[in-house]
Order: sequence, then structure tokens, then C-alpha cells
Amino acid sequence: MSYSDEVVDHYNNPRNVGSFEKDSKDVGTGIVGAPECGDVMKLQLKIDNGVIVDAKFKTFGCGSAIASSSLATEWVKGKTLDEAMTIKNTEIVETLHLPPVKIHCSVLAEDAIKAAIDDYKRSHNGNE
Amino acid sequence: MNLPIYMDNHSTTRVDPGVVEEMIPYFTVHFGNAASRNHSFGWDADKAVEVGRERLAKIIHADPKEIIFTSGATESNNLALKGVAEMYAEKGDHIITQVTEHRSVLDTAKRLEKSGIRVTYLPVDREGLVDPEEVRKAITDRTILISIMLVNNEIGVIQPVEEIGKIAKERGVLFHCDATQGVGKVKVDVQAMGIDLLSFTAHKLYGPKGIGALYVRRKNPRVRLAPMMDGGGHERGMRSGTLNVPGIVGFGKACEIAMEVMDEEAARLLRLRERLRSGLMGALEEVYLNGHPAKRMPGNLNLSFAYVEGESMLMGLREVALSSGSACTSATLEPSYVLQALGIGIELAHSSVRFGLGRFNTEKEVDYVIGRVIETVNRLREMSPLYEMVKAGVDLKQVKWRKD
Repeated sequence: MSYSDEVVDHYNNPRNVGSFEKDSKDVGTGIVGAPECGDVMKLQLKIDNGVIVDAKFKTFGCGSAIASSSLATEWVKGKTLDEAMTIKNTEIVETLHLPPVKIHCSVLAEDAIKAAIDDYKRSHNGNE
Repeated sequence: MNLPIYMDNHSTTRVDPGVVEEMIPYFTVHFGNAASRNHSFGWDADKAVEVGRERLAKIIHADPKEIIFTSGATESNNLALKGVAEMYAEKGDHIITQVTEHRSVLDTAKRLEKSGIRVTYLPVDREGLVDPEEVRKAITDRTILISIMLVNNEIGVIQPVEEIGKIAKERGVLFHCDATQGVGKVKVDVQAMGIDLLSFTAHKLYGPKGIGALYVRRKNPRVRLAPMMDGGGHERGMRSGTLNVPGIVGFGKACEIAMEVMDEEAARLLRLRERLRSGLMGALEEVYLNGHPAKRMPGNLNLSFAYVEGESMLMGLREVALSSGSACTSATLEPSYVLQALGIGIELAHSSVRFGLGRFNTEKEVDYVIGRVIETVNRLREMSPLYEMVKAGVDLKQVKWRKD
């Protein structure tokens, strides 16, 4: 399978690789996927006053999974939590030109955003 | 050293220049049909086919009359299993094989099951080997065929074919061996190994694609096969169709070269493989060898790099041709069934890379690949949440994963 230029670019120059302090109050962490499925994404959001001010990711997975999570970190920055919740996997598919067998990578990225926001909301008792 | 580097020699091999040279006149000058009996074009083609047949027979210690040309090993495997099942239907309806066979054996066996054949799929141990005693125990009075490969295409392990052949002889059961990855790399002797049917193909041993062969024993016992192709009755009636004369010439030459260089080449490839293995395992932690450490063909190295996914590794090594057992590199979205059969854990199957060293690989290439693999694994581990968790003391087996 050949990769799109967009996937190759994110794979070669992943944006926002890294980690925030997991227990920090202003950080929401989402970990989705499983090692036996071949994909695990960790997405972390730094949130200030309901706005995502920074994002970091680490991904175990194929090039498309790495690219999907890298793209997700770019997109969430500057968005409010509600705005970030509206990011759809299909937009990731379109932007990265993912083939049908790689759609699950984009689904995982969408799930990771939601999981990170849920985590943040949980630790703030549902209040942002 | 030129880039890209080809290190995927279990997939296919570059045709040896000596092979190409010998084939060319059979496209342009001696282009006759080997079945044409009444002119020199036909005679020349037929003569070339017989030279090829002799060379093939020699490399497996068979008689030239026992070689049936096919289009490749997939066809040979299909013909062996289906041909025996149909021809010996009155004698029995049971076939024994094992779980890490090539798809062309396993899928043929599955199809035969639909028509009422019973198939036993024997397990392999953690290093990929079949236990000959398990073969013996599986034999019933309805067993007509045992099909066990010589060398596995993913992990390179060499099955105890000689012992299995002995058991097959004792019990009067036919023994088919898919030797596609083995011929030209390790010694093959159908007499000493007690093999009745043997599949092999040219393109795995520096010959052209599209030409394969099935050895079919003529004596002790005389094996008969129901053909799959009906037509002109070529190849003792077992495989009709105009012979691929240039392919046969190339296949024959490839066998001749392989016989000449085998000992020296095996020693050289073993050295390169061990250089590659120790270079990688010495520099990186948590690298696991898949398959038996010693009972494997010289050019094969199959490693799992924990916490890194195989396809993403290959993507980082674009200028090196390798292959992976990761789900993402297969059409099925399942990681390699061969690696899963070893019981190594699915996550390590996702992290596997197969290095297939061959005749044209050099020490310089091996050293280059060592450097690039180390660089890529380190980069991807820095990006891997699993590696980070393990480094922080988390036991990945205790984590509740959120699967989609």
C-alpha cells in the first residue's frame, strides 16, 4: 500500500509528540485502543478556561494511526471543549486521504479526543 | 552500496544474471512448442525442457521423469492435495497438515474439507516446530496424505521432515512436502527424506516467476494424481498445458547455480544473519527472535521489536525492502497466523519484522540496515505510549484497554 503525502508528512514530522503530567489538574488524558489490536493512542489536552491551549500525543500503531493522532493534536488546539467534541473521524479521513482499511485509525483519533475531554470533565466533577 | 536495499528474499528473489542469459534465446530463437514433434523448433524446445528437468531432478535427488512442471508452488500444492484426495478417495478421506503451512496448502485443505475430506491441523511448539510423534498419533486407517512444509516462509524454521517421512513410510501414507523456501537453500533429498510429492518454484531461488514444479514419485510407491487441468495430456497427463520453455530453462539454470554455490552461500548468509541479529539485539532492548534459533534456514531472521508496530517500522525504513507480520501489512487486518501459532502474544506479532537475506546482499547493506533499524525503533519507541508506560513501571497486562 502506498501512503498519501499527508500521512508521510505527519509520520516524518509528527506534531506535538510527548506527554504532560498526567495528574496535573489542567490536563485531560485519553488512552484508546489495545496492544493486541495493534493500535494504542494516548492524547493529552491542556485546558485553560474551557479552551484547549495545548495538546500532546503518543501512538503505538501504523503510520496512519500516527498521522491521525498527530493531526488531531493540531486541530484541537485553540478549540473549546464543545468545539473539539464535534471533530469527526471522516474529516481526518478526508484530510489524510486514508484508504478504507485505515478508517479505524481515524475513528481511534476521534475516540481519543473524546476520551481526553471526558477524563478532564470527570476530574472536574462535570464542571469545566 | 545502492539504495533501495532488497532484503525480502523470502518473498521473491532477483533473477541471477546467468539465468537470464540462458533464457533469452528461448524467447527469440528457439521459441518452439516442446510438444511439436515434427520440426527442429519443437525438437530444440523439447531438448531444453529435458535439460531443465534433469537439473531440477538433481537438486532434489529425484529422477527427471518424476518432475511435473507447473506455474508455481501454489499450483503444485493445489495439485498435490487435490490430486491425491481425488485419486485416493476409495482408500481414505483424511489429510494431516499443520498450522503454519503456506496459505496455498491451508486454503486447499479447507476447500477439500467442504467436499468431505477430514483434515487434522497439527500445532507447532513455541519455536515453530511440529512434533513427528504428533504426526504418528494423528494417522488413522483413513489417512491418505501428510503435508508438512520443509522451511517456513515467515520464520524460516526447518521442520523435521526426514523423521516425518520415515513415519509416513512405516504407515504407508503418502507424504507431500512444500519445499518452496528450502530448495536451493538447504539440502533436499526426496529419497533420504521419504518424500513422495514435493513442491518448489523458480523465483525463490533466483529464477523467473511463473514456473514451478511438483515432484511425483514413480517408484516405491508409484504416486498417481487426478489432474486439475484437462487438455493435451502434457506432463504424464498430470498437468496439461503448453510448457513454459524459457521458464523451464531458467528454472533449470537456477537449480544448477544453486547446487554449485549452496554450501558457500549458506555459510555466508548465516554469517550475515548473525551479524544482523547480534547487531540489533545488542543495541536494542526487548527484541525477540521468532522461530527456532538454530533449526532455521540461513538467510531468515524474524524479530519482534516490542512497543513498536511493524508497519510503522517499515514506513520509517522506506529505502529497505522488508516485510512484517503486523496486521496492517496484511489484507486481512489480522496479524500473522504463523506468529500467532507460536503463542508469542498478538502484540508481539504486530511488532514483527522479517529480514530475508539472499545471494545479492552484502555486509555493507547489513550494517546500513542495522543502523537504520536501531534509529527507527528508537524514534518510534519515543513516540510509543506503551514504551512510556513500561518505563514508568506499568504492567501492560494489567491495564484495562479501551477497545473500539
